[in-house]
Amino acid sequence: MSVDAATVRRIAHLARIAVSEDEVPHLQGELNAMLAFVEQLSEVNVEGVEPMTSVAPMQMKKRQDVVDDGGIADDIVANAPAAEGHFFLVPKVVE
Amino acid sequence: MSTATHKLLKGATGDWEMVIGMEIHAQVTSKSKLFSGASTAFGGDPNTQVSLVDAAMPGMLPVINEECVRQAVRTGLGLNAKINLRSVFDRKNYFYPDLPQGYQISQYKSPVVGEGDVLVELDGGRSVSIGIERLHLEQDPAKMQHDKLPSQSLIDLNRCGVALMEIVSKPDIRDAEQAKAYVTKLRSIMRYLGTCDGDMEKGSLRADVNVSVRKPGAPLGTRCEIKNLNSITFIGQAIEYEARRQIEILEDGGKIDQETRLYDPNRGETRSLRSKEEAHDYRYFPDPDLLPLEFSQSFVDELKASLPELPDQKKARFVADFGLSDYDAGVLVAERESAVFYETVLDRLANRARDGKMAANWVINELFGRLNKEGRDITDSPVTSEQLAAIIDLIGEGTISGKIAKDLFEIVWQEGGDPRALVESRGMKQVTDLSAIEKVVDDIIAANPDKAAQVKDKPQSLGWFVGQVMKSSGGKANPQSVNDLLKSKLGI
Repeated sequence: MSVDAATVRRIAHLARIAVSEDEVPHLQGELNAMLAFVEQLSEVNVEGVEPMTSVAPMQMKKRQDVVDDGGIADDIVANAPAAEGHFFLVPKVVE
Repeated sequence: MSTATHKLLKGATGDWEMVIGMEIHAQVTSKSKLFSGASTAFGGDPNTQVSLVDAAMPGMLPVINEECVRQAVRTGLGLNAKINLRSVFDRKNYFYPDLPQGYQISQYKSPVVGEGDVLVELDGGRSVSIGIERLHLEQDPAKMQHDKLPSQSLIDLNRCGVALMEIVSKPDIRDAEQAKAYVTKLRSIMRYLGTCDGDMEKGSLRADVNVSVRKPGAPLGTRCEIKNLNSITFIGQAIEYEARRQIEILEDGGKIDQETRLYDPNRGETRSLRSKEEAHDYRYFPDPDLLPLEFSQSFVDELKASLPELPDQKKARFVADFGLSDYDAGVLVAERESAVFYETVLDRLANRARDGKMAANWVINELFGRLNKEGRDITDSPVTSEQLAAIIDLIGEGTISGKIAKDLFEIVWQEGGDPRALVESRGMKQVTDLSAIEKVVDDIIAANPDKAAQVKDKPQSLGWFVGQVMKSSGGKANPQSVNDLLKSKLGI
């Protein structure tokens, strides 16, 4: 598996990372090197082996349904580039 | 019950059939959010019900709320669905200001609930079974307001991270009526279970509707998805409009573009929402912050054992125990509050077996009729279940006639009070004393000798005499006694 220049631009856009045109060939090479490295795994026969989603041999911890957080609106918007009345303000997102 | 036939749309080239599938987003009833301890209460001040997890601050980790899991399993059981003892949370990646994480935690390949089915009642005693594809848990995004400021949108994260159940139907729905009835039934089931309050005005229940059209029996057409419908009426309107739009395009020789559309209730039309196809590239992968969701069969069995009686079961019981018609039983169980009211009336009746059916008639015809007329809800009925039960007892035991009971109902509606005491104090008791009725009957016959002579040839004119006697007794004579007396006196 390998990626072409168009795929690199597309991935960058989906991740909202600004990539200039002259960076694309370099990134394409890096990504393809990584993919080639990972591809070695396909040499291993995994027939009948369940996909592993975690390395921890434990059950997921669960919370009780109690309200024990919140009430910190000042903290929540503290880093916001723009806020008003505890709302975040963002550039208008409807057409 | 007969199997439903569905509506076909007429086009220039013949009939078209609609194929509809729905995704319902139902907000889970819980105190705190799916992965944080912030409150889910509606209407708090902006960003006051937000934890650092919900705001996606670096290093914060989600921990699942066990009540949300229970609610999802309970809902799955209510939909006769397969419960998966092991399911997985995935990240659905997209950038939008309503999602500070940059991904929604959802379930993609392994949902907590699998296939099920819902029996949906339609008009005229018809019904149809709609298949459920799956139900999964996911996070609600934040609420955005676009109309407060000229060039900026306001973001409030209070709703961000509240648990949603996404319930996906199979494409089994064939017209707008079925779609509306399906949502109504799902809402009813969840309200009985207490897993979602079903309040569409507050956004607790929203629907995405997939619509395509085809000639009956033909392969599936290309579908369009209408997003975020928040009323059952709009669901019906959007489907009708969208199907017509697609038929027009196809009959003009065009083709349908698979796209997301929005319904505009003011204009009564749907329009294209997202132009960029890549917006749908969500790049799902298992969330490394969360282990698989696992629970035991005994956990499921315990929840199953504690489920309340659901509308279908309740309806069957009303029909079997009190001889209600399918239709009447359906009316009573459709809303949980109505069923509760009826059952409270039943509990208070002196003789349920005798008067249960009469109680149903009174609740449906007199009470619902009156409430509808005044635009009121069963939860704020001026006549309580206790008062209505007392009125029905008075009819059942023969103290008042059905006609007087309507007057009594009106008095209780307007003025309140104990029905039994009102009957005493206002002299509304039915006259069952035969000699008193006999006197009235004799007077009426004596005053109308012509009619009395005719009645032997025209037995149907007996009704006129009954009416006269009832009238002159102020409606208080026992109709059965009047009938019997008249028949014997007139010799028929």
